[in-house]
Amino acid sequence: MDLLKGKIALVTGASRGIGNAIAELFAQNGASVYANARKIGSLDSLLAKCENSSGRIMPLYFDVTDAAAAKQAVMRIKKESGRLDCLVNNAGIMPDALIGMIDQKVAREVFEVNVFAVMELIQLAARVMVRQKSGSIINLASIVGVNGNKGQLVYSASKGAVIAMTKTAAKELAPAGIRVNAIAPGMIDTDLFRSVGAEKVSGLLRNIGLGRLGKPSEIANAALFLASDMASYVTGQILGADGAALV
Amino acid sequence: MNHSEKYEAAFVSALGISKDDLPGLQYQGVAAWDSIGHMQLIFALEEAFGIMLDTSDIIDLSSFEKGKELLRKYDVEL
Repeated sequence: MDLLKGKIALVTGASRGIGNAIAELFAQNGASVYANARKIGSLDSLLAKCENSSGRIMPLYFDVTDAAAAKQAVMRIKKESGRLDCLVNNAGIMPDALIGMIDQKVAREVFEVNVFAVMELIQLAARVMVRQKSGSIINLASIVGVNGNKGQLVYSASKGAVIAMTKTAAKELAPAGIRVNAIAPGMIDTDLFRSVGAEKVSGLLRNIGLGRLGKPSEIANAALFLASDMASYVTGQILGADGAALV
Repeated sequence: MNHSEKYEAAFVSALGISKDDLPGLQYQGVAAWDSIGHMQLIFALEEAFGIMLDTSDIIDLSSFEKGKELLRKYDVEL
């Protein structure tokens, strides 16, 4: 399948987990993928995995909270490729804390990464997409941004903001032919999720209707749909991908 | 094209207006210069001069004349 043949995409947080799976699947589907990560060299394995794909991976190392660096990155894409068809705002952090234990400094960091960086990249990408009168922006939200979750006040608030931004940006950018959607994953088998501990993970499995964690590739499939022309009339939607999880 | 001609051409192409409309032109002064038109204009100016405007300057670009002043910050003399 080459659902993204000839398309230019930017995927943030692509060194591991969901972002990694999205970048890989996009390249397998013919896209030229600018894959972002902070740590230089952290995209080497992704590059190796995609060596024989019909698309390609181009590493873009920058911190999404660095507005100047984000601007340079989009400028580079514009110069090299002349367009940007898809932006996937995936980079995010998830430090959990019960209400009484929330550190304001950490809370601000969460919003810098999960909200303000997303806002900045939407603005930058929209400037390129408006010119071409097309584009797809996909934001990674979360089931907890919809339902909330104990111990995740800050994270759920940040993802709730992502959902609201998605709906508003979709309305504002629709006249320019730009679609904006979000994916709200449930419990996905990533390093980030596993970091809560094996015992907690097995307890959480009981809350998932499908009886198992989701795979990063299953979220990537949802992103592929939203990025492709298959979703040409889909905008402003929050696509749950949670295996009927109860949170 | 010199810088002034490039500047005018960016407005004309991005907003689909005539050169005669440019003097005194303000943001939202014509239907085409709405928020989407503004993004098109920014892109056109960035393309024309090989620059990328800061967000604060994008917000400040409220008129044809103001844009000339802002571009000086990017070493574009008009």
